[in-house]
Amino acid sequence: MTTFYAPQPNRRALLRLILAGAGAAALPGLAACGSDGGGTSADTVSFGNNQSDQVPKDAITAVLRSFEGESGLKVAVNTKQHEQYQEQINNYLQGKPDDVLAWFAGYRMRFFAEKGLTGDLTDVWSKVSSGYEPALKEASTASDGKQYLIPFTQYPWGVFYRKSVWQQRGYEVPKTLDEFVALATRMKSDGLVPIAFAQKQGWPGMGTFDQLNFRINGYQFHVDLMAGQEDWQGPKVREVFDTWKRLLPFHQENALGREWQEAAQSLQQGKSGMFLLGSFVAQQFKGADVDDLDFFAYPEINPEHGQDTVEAPIDGYMMSRKPGNPEGARRLLEFLATPAAQLAYLKADPTAIATSNKADTSGYNALQLKAAQVIKDAAHITQFLDRDTDPRFASDAATNGLNAFIQDPDDVDSVLKGMADQAKTIFTG
Amino acid sequence: MTATQNPPRTAGTAGAPRPPSRRRRATALAGREKLVLGLMLGIPSLLHIALVWVPALGSVALSFSSWDGIGGFGDIRWVGASNYVDIVTSYPRFWPAVRNNLLWLLFLLVVPTVVGLLLAVLLDRQLRFGRVYQSVLYLPMVLSLALVGFIWQLVYQPEQGLLNNVLGTAATDPVNWLGDPDINLYAVLVAAGWRHTGYIMLLYLAGLKAVDPALKEAAALDGANAWQTFFRVTFPVLKPVNVVVLVVTVIEGLRAFDIVYVINKGRNGLELLSVLVTDNIIGESSRIGWGSALAVVLLVISLGFIVTYLFQVFREEDPA
Repeated sequence: MTTFYAPQPNRRALLRLILAGAGAAALPGLAACGSDGGGTSADTVSFGNNQSDQVPKDAITAVLRSFEGESGLKVAVNTKQHEQYQEQINNYLQGKPDDVLAWFAGYRMRFFAEKGLTGDLTDVWSKVSSGYEPALKEASTASDGKQYLIPFTQYPWGVFYRKSVWQQRGYEVPKTLDEFVALATRMKSDGLVPIAFAQKQGWPGMGTFDQLNFRINGYQFHVDLMAGQEDWQGPKVREVFDTWKRLLPFHQENALGREWQEAAQSLQQGKSGMFLLGSFVAQQFKGADVDDLDFFAYPEINPEHGQDTVEAPIDGYMMSRKPGNPEGARRLLEFLATPAAQLAYLKADPTAIATSNKADTSGYNALQLKAAQVIKDAAHITQFLDRDTDPRFASDAATNGLNAFIQDPDDVDSVLKGMADQAKTIFTG
Repeated sequence: MTATQNPPRTAGTAGAPRPPSRRRRATALAGREKLVLGLMLGIPSLLHIALVWVPALGSVALSFSSWDGIGGFGDIRWVGASNYVDIVTSYPRFWPAVRNNLLWLLFLLVVPTVVGLLLAVLLDRQLRFGRVYQSVLYLPMVLSLALVGFIWQLVYQPEQGLLNNVLGTAATDPVNWLGDPDINLYAVLVAAGWRHTGYIMLLYLAGLKAVDPALKEAAALDGANAWQTFFRVTFPVLKPVNVVVLVVTVIEGLRAFDIVYVINKGRNGLELLSVLVTDNIIGESSRIGWGSALAVVLLVISLGFIVTYLFQVFREEDPA
């Protein structure tokens, strides 16, 4: 071994040095968790964007540019891949979140608001509340009675179909479950897949569960079940799954290996008769096919509740806990509440509708007009299973429970036991 | 990668057991050398402890909490062992994951190892184009497992996939290779094994290159046939390689994650412990306590293998 003339540090200095080295090595890993948002200069607002697909991304960027022109402020856009944004929200909100950031209404918003991770927007709401219906205000309000979200756009869930296919075969829109089953049976004998179905991504099947649940048990039961106050092993949930089991033979097979885009294409190609999804299904349709697309509300199952509830998730924007530019952030949120901003965005994505009741609907296509009407007529609006319940329950227990049921409908008892057990753990823990 | 040979032990008279002598301090290093040595061992050790053991023990501690990753240490609620109780009693995905992990490990230990060894022996025979075959067989190893997942999805797709079209079942009754929970694990294991085999082959090939031809010649002179030569002479010489293969395979088997995550997020028959940990810790749900408990289970399984392996190694180093 060659001798090596190094200065002789004493032991403590050496230890300090080593620990500093270890710390420095560990830091980049930790620093990578936060984002580089949080602009602190007075003329810049940072904006956390989850619209990573090119078309909506360009649309929201255009909206932000027009805000820059109006306000003289700069907006620094920080875009993350859509699913990743949701997955990292926890670290993001605790790290250095952007001043204004994209999120969803409902329990999913309240969960973080109640943890004190997002900013109180009551003062912004006092200026913009005349532009929103009471239901939207309610969907933006946490349990402390304060608002934490500015709604931006909204889209309804419904059963979509191609008008031309239906006219050609003389199908009628079913109003009740029995008519629905009769229609599906007829489609099957006509060689169509009655109901297109895809569950590879884990969430589309939640839409089917929600519709059956509030049609059978009503809006309030949906809310309570999602809040962990009802029993997944009780007779009411059991009836939902029994009804679903009756309908499963009409659903496209191998759903667990299919993404919703593929199912939408089978509807577009006229191979499937119907498809329950959000109105974003129209993104898979081009040109004249979009005008051929229509939808109806899920048929009535229990006369007591009729068709009084519509699933219409709201996308909106929140403010971070300690924005770098509080003044600018509030101005931007106020701007996002204007019909002009919302309509500018919808030009690029004409499958959703504006949440502002001042929005001019004359530029809407037929689908948007119908969507707006359906939402307006609804007595109750739900957000969607994964937005109405605790994220800890939705992302694991609910997704995998529904998957297991779809895989083996006869195994419903053990599926429901698993879901009930996990609900107990999560909602009481 | 080659196995490090055991350092030659201090010379003793071979054969006759010596009375155990008190070991003298064999080194007489100058102070400066001690410092250099200390630094060279100390810094990596400290880094290792800080980046591996502290987080690992931290996970063990957090597994007794119901922390959701929000707020500081003051907000952590301690729940005792209830995470573990809930996991084994009321978490439907847990037991399938354990079963799949063990199946994964067994499969990798058997199939790619045997096939890899066979290929290595065949390629060791100076075939024409041997180099080409080697490269082709090793190629999957340079791909990430996530990419392997993508490639095999093209093979396994029900309607457009290669396999069903070759079998002629695509149009009539497509087999849902990745969607059917009874078979998808095996389909994925084939894909993982396809990649792993090349790796094992290369390790054995390196080992075979080190086998002294004189041994084979001696065996041939003694009238051993090819089988006997292989099993009695070559294979025992490959022992250090076998250890490396075993360790590598166990590591690969327990850390399997990316391929199933790419295919279907590790759901519906492809549950693995690593996926459950990720699902619960990363992601919106952020059940740090619960996920840590799952991670501890994985750690215990890994430690079981590691400890067994270390026992073997140290026992060999100890004189019998």
